[in-house]
Amino acid sequence: MLITCPYCGPRDVIEFTYQGDGNRERPQPASQNLDAWNAYVYDRLNPAGDHNEIWQHSGGCRAHLRVVRNTLTHEISSVAFARGDHKVAARHKAEGKT
Amino acid sequence: MAEYSAFSLLKNALTGNKDWKPAWRKPAPKASYDVIVIGGGGHGLSTAYYLAKEHGITNVAVLEKGWLGSGNVGRNTTAVRSNYLLPANTRFYEHSMKLWENLSHDLNYNVMFSQRGCLNLAHTPAQLDDFARRGNAMRHLGVDAELMTTAEIARLVPALDVSATARFPIVGGLMQRRAGTARHDAVAWGYARGADRRGVDIIENCEVTGFLRDGDRIIGVTTSRGEIRARKVAVAVAGSTGQVMRLAGIDTMPIESHVLQAFVTESLKPFIDTVLTFGMGHFYMSQSDKGGLVYGGDLEGYNSYAQRGSLPVVDEVMSEMLALFPGLARVRMLRSWGGVCDMSMDGSPIITTGPLPGMYLNCGWCYGGFKATPASGWCFAWTIAKDEPHAFNAPFTLDRFHRGLVIDDKGQGATPRLH
Ligand SMILES: Cc1cc2nc3c(=O)[nH]c(=O)nc-3n(C[C@H](O)[C@H](O)[C@H](O)COP(=O)(O)OP(=O)(O)OC[C@H]3O[C@@H](n4cnc5c(N)ncnc54)[C@H](O)[C@@H]3O)c2cc1C
Ligand SMILES: [Zn+2]
Repeated sequence: MLITCPYCGPRDVIEFTYQGDGNRERPQPASQNLDAWNAYVYDRLNPAGDHNEIWQHSGGCRAHLRVVRNTLTHEISSVAFARGDHKVAARHKAEGKT
Repeated sequence: MAEYSAFSLLKNALTGNKDWKPAWRKPAPKASYDVIVIGGGGHGLSTAYYLAKEHGITNVAVLEKGWLGSGNVGRNTTAVRSNYLLPANTRFYEHSMKLWENLSHDLNYNVMFSQRGCLNLAHTPAQLDDFARRGNAMRHLGVDAELMTTAEIARLVPALDVSATARFPIVGGLMQRRAGTARHDAVAWGYARGADRRGVDIIENCEVTGFLRDGDRIIGVTTSRGEIRARKVAVAVAGSTGQVMRLAGIDTMPIESHVLQAFVTESLKPFIDTVLTFGMGHFYMSQSDKGGLVYGGDLEGYNSYAQRGSLPVVDEVMSEMLALFPGLARVRMLRSWGGVCDMSMDGSPIITTGPLPGMYLNCGWCYGGFKATPASGWCFAWTIAKDEPHAFNAPFTLDRFHRGLVIDDKGQGATPRLH
């Protein structure tokens, strides 16, 4: 599997660290909304198909990336910087395509 | 008289083996049942078996989307053990171990359960201390465990590199002698036959495509072979849990699906007669009765439903194998395959009533659910029959995550790929 880093170009998956589901919404650090924290920590969409996820190019430029990958075929339809983006809403394949 | 015995073997041999009955029928689905079990893997089949045997509930259908044994029950590396740290896991897996110890007799089907032991290798003094702690926790609950020295390990597994110059020197290990392996297909077939003979309908090529509801209550399922109603609908679909729960309108679960690979080599002469785990990475190995070395390692590490693995993991598993057994460098690998594992957020399973009325849920087996097959079915059958959990599965609720009652044996936190 190759992931095309916006800085570094297409690189082998072993250069990247998986950081999981990118659909989750992290509450503000001071938030005392237990339900929101629980949902953030434990609940996953886990789709069979396009999955919004965060990868870090840890063996390269170290940027955090927002990737849309199909969990059945591993086809990657979009890679973008995750910078400044604590919340990543589920978005359409076409959006953010580099 | 038992269906399989020395006498019946002899009799059928003399009559040309023409009179054996199929191990299970191929019935058409009825319009309704008392209980529907979704998923004809090890857990679904054992659930049906114990529903019939322990609770007298025989008007049961097991619905399997493919053929029986096409899921992880036929893909795993067959290690069976009960060497956990936390009491909830230890009690549950030890109950499973006790069922394994009598399973071939109980099913009148040889599941080839072989208590050849499971040895966890320690490579640092701190790791050995940690193993001593786990061994003590096990013994405290009546489970067998013993620490082994490097010299004892060298005698048990002569092929291991136990030298001080090994890449990761071995300083000792934790052994559970009652652990071992079993033949996975036989487990599926034995439970299937046992359930079938008690009246359970095992319906293959029958995919559940939706749930029938009366308000919140689940009252049946729609399938590729029509609608089927039931008072109770039990879900035991392992790696497909997220997809099936979505059909019931439940979009998020404390589960991620990840692929685990396994490998088998060409047949060798007896090489290793225990199940061995490496402590400085993720690698484990045993030898099948045919002589193939059966081994595996880490998950792929990212969500996947692909039922096949990738090359980086192959590379990693092979290098870990060679770190332990340099002598295997020229052995050829015959096959490799992958299965989709339902990784839970704390590495422990879920066996519970709900989450909707009329529904029962069994999932979160990670990559260790084969050993759980007997106890999982036994506890799930109890839960379905009595509408409450048995003490053995009471801790394994779905809401434990939101209530702060996680059962995290490894202490990894909510990162499923690390469990
Ligand atoms: C490579 C590998 C190695 C492993 N090694 C070990 C090991 O050494 N020791 C150990 O204890 N565990 C091991 N495991 C884990 C173990 O195999 C699983 O945890 C266990 O088999 C899961 O339970 P099951 O047998 O019921 O699952 P499965 O056999 O996967 O059963 C689930 C069934 O549900 C069916 N299904 C799914 N969706 C639907 C639907 N919509 N309608 C109808 N049916 C449906 C599937 O077709 C499948 O047959 C391993 C797993 C893998 C992949
Ligand atoms: Zn990069």
